[in-house]
Amino acid sequence: MKFLIYISDYIIPFVFFLIITTGLSRKTNVYDDFIEGAKEGFKVVYGILPTLIGLMVAVGVLRASGALDLLSNLIKPVTDFIHFPSELVPVALVKMFSSSAATGLVLDIFKQYGPDSYIGRLVSIMMSCTETIFYTMAVYFMVAGVRKSRYTLLGALVATLSGIVGSLVIANILF
Amino acid sequence: MLNYLWGIMIVIGIVVGVFNGRIDEVSNATLSSSKEAVTLCISMLGIMAMWTGLMEIAKKSGIVSSFTKGLRPIIKFLFPDIPKNHIVNEYIASNMIANILGLGWAATPMGLMAMKELKKLNKDSDLASHDMCTFLIINISSLQLIPVNIIAYRSQYGSANPAEILAAGIVATIFSTFVGVLFSVLARKLSKGDK
Repeated sequence: MKFLIYISDYIIPFVFFLIITTGLSRKTNVYDDFIEGAKEGFKVVYGILPTLIGLMVAVGVLRASGALDLLSNLIKPVTDFIHFPSELVPVALVKMFSSSAATGLVLDIFKQYGPDSYIGRLVSIMMSCTETIFYTMAVYFMVAGVRKSRYTLLGALVATLSGIVGSLVIANILF
Repeated sequence: MLNYLWGIMIVIGIVVGVFNGRIDEVSNATLSSSKEAVTLCISMLGIMAMWTGLMEIAKKSGIVSSFTKGLRPIIKFLFPDIPKNHIVNEYIASNMIANILGLGWAATPMGLMAMKELKKLNKDSDLASHDMCTFLIINISSLQLIPVNIIAYRSQYGSANPAEILAAGIVATIFSTFVGVLFSVLARKLSKGDK
């Protein structure tokens, strides 16, 4: 399973190689297109900044007050039992409601434990394989005018939970 | 949603801070956190612009549209109730590809268009159609293969190898999506009787 770490080093260069050789062979202006697209990235980050300020302040307040430690100590007996780091419970819960709020908590974990710690790596994998449940459902079903969502919530929860369990298993094998 | 979540986080933080006698740290946290968010965004600018630039090349050179075509058989399998050649096929494919490539901001508009069309196919019923359920479950199961933000955050906080989690993330994403698909297919079969 260790090969997953080595493969990771190849992924970004490989994506670059694939996209640029395709572009060159189809005679598109790869450099001009890159510059054009890079401008888009500025708009994206500009859009994230206010949210990030708001949420990092909220998480910063929670951390400084000791509320986060209080919460993880409270749930520690349960999470120890299932071998899940109690520090990550708030992330997993908040992620169901809001991706950006969860990001605030993830950054806090990177700050406290470092991105290369076991917890830091686990939370990175967890964030890669989960999405917000309630927010997505609320927005999408509102557009569709749907009130009865049938088995959507259950399916979403099952998929999310399996993502979390999967992350845990992979992180335990690799790191 | 966020109005409550955000508000409650701050209120709880301040109340607990007072009880713990750490209100001075809470006060400092508001100042340092807002500054930190800006620093983080500045370093994110680079990685994000690099990624959107690369994706623009993919779009212009037709890679994205050939991926979208490649998705057709999968979409046909996942959404058997959608008529062939209906425009919603395109929307769903574009939404999925955007999600897979980590272009979340481009995925949502496409996803909402898809929902509007599914609504018409569902005859404006307030009961979700099977296709809607499947579409949402797969969306929520997360399709993103390369989480650019996470890599940017990891590098900002001093990871020695920010990309080392990529393959593990892909395996976990494929697993959660597989479970989501399995659930959707089973749920559709089991409730076949009530349309």
